[in-house]
Amino acid sequence: MHELGVTENIVNIALAKAGEAQASKVIQINLVIGEMSGFVPDCIQFYFDSLSKDTIAQGAVLHFELVPAQLHCRSCSTIFHPQDTLWSCPKCQGQSVEISKGRELYVESMEVE
Amino acid sequence: MKRIEVIQNVLEANETIASRNQQLLDNHKVFAINIMSAPGAGKTSLILQILTRLKGRLNIAVIEGDVASTVDAEKVQSEAKAVVQINTRNMPESCSLMAAMIESALKDMPLDNIDLLLIENVGNLICPSEFTLGEHKRVVISSLPEGDDKPTKYPLIFIDADAVVINKMDLLPHVDFDIATFRRSIEGLNPKAEVFQLSCKTSEGIERWCSWVLEQVETNATKL
Repeated sequence: MHELGVTENIVNIALAKAGEAQASKVIQINLVIGEMSGFVPDCIQFYFDSLSKDTIAQGAVLHFELVPAQLHCRSCSTIFHPQDTLWSCPKCQGQSVEISKGRELYVESMEVE
Repeated sequence: MKRIEVIQNVLEANETIASRNQQLLDNHKVFAINIMSAPGAGKTSLILQILTRLKGRLNIAVIEGDVASTVDAEKVQSEAKAVVQINTRNMPESCSLMAAMIESALKDMPLDNIDLLLIENVGNLICPSEFTLGEHKRVVISSLPEGDDKPTKYPLIFIDADAVVINKMDLLPHVDFDIATFRRSIEGLNPKAEVFQLSCKTSEGIERWCSWVLEQVETNATKL
């Protein structure tokens, strides 16, 4: 439910970069989104369609590359994907973990004309 | 068709404003705490406790974030040096304060006369975890009626917290909240977080909490 502001940022980034490249149309925007980030791709696309209206990004497709969550066990350094909500380490069952991947949200690249 | 490499963090716009806010606060020697929790966990009550106990030693200002109404601002009005209410209903995000909202609220604050700024975020355990505001410390409150599983269900907000407050300790005999389970979850997610058990109603544990707040303000002041 907090996607409107970030979608505004995505539109601003896309229009700025397209401007620098002297593009006349944005075809696709490739985003990288972490599994742990609280943002919902469908929701971003929904806001995007409305915010990009009457700009050169209107009609652009948002492509999301999902980065799976990766946790790091502070006790035994095992890197693992959380299997349950308790986030326990599959090797030592330790529950002291940190997120090493999965919180990102960035514009990776764009396709323009 | 042409491909352009971008690699730009979408949250950068918020983070840029947040660092500008922190710079402004540092220039005026104001220490800011972002207080987050689910609705009803006791953000306003905790702020009132800080105001009552520390107003003799610190000049304290409050920013109140709510979707609508000024009820919280009215509650703290008489005790605080300055209060700014932000209603997020007509803003791009209504579920969390964002750095730009704090930036404009700071314009209405007598920063030179303030030592401590308490920012009461919108009641929500999800959205505020994504947006830094320019605060020096992040505090999350969990209250006993919410249950001891909140860190497991909403890990992000707890991972970034500098302190976690367990409020409504007076209700312990009446609810199934296992303090040890809760503390173990926090220890696992965020071993650096300080944990405080208190009750804003009975004032149990408030003294230790207020000493921590005072210590943070004083430690930061010596650094500037």
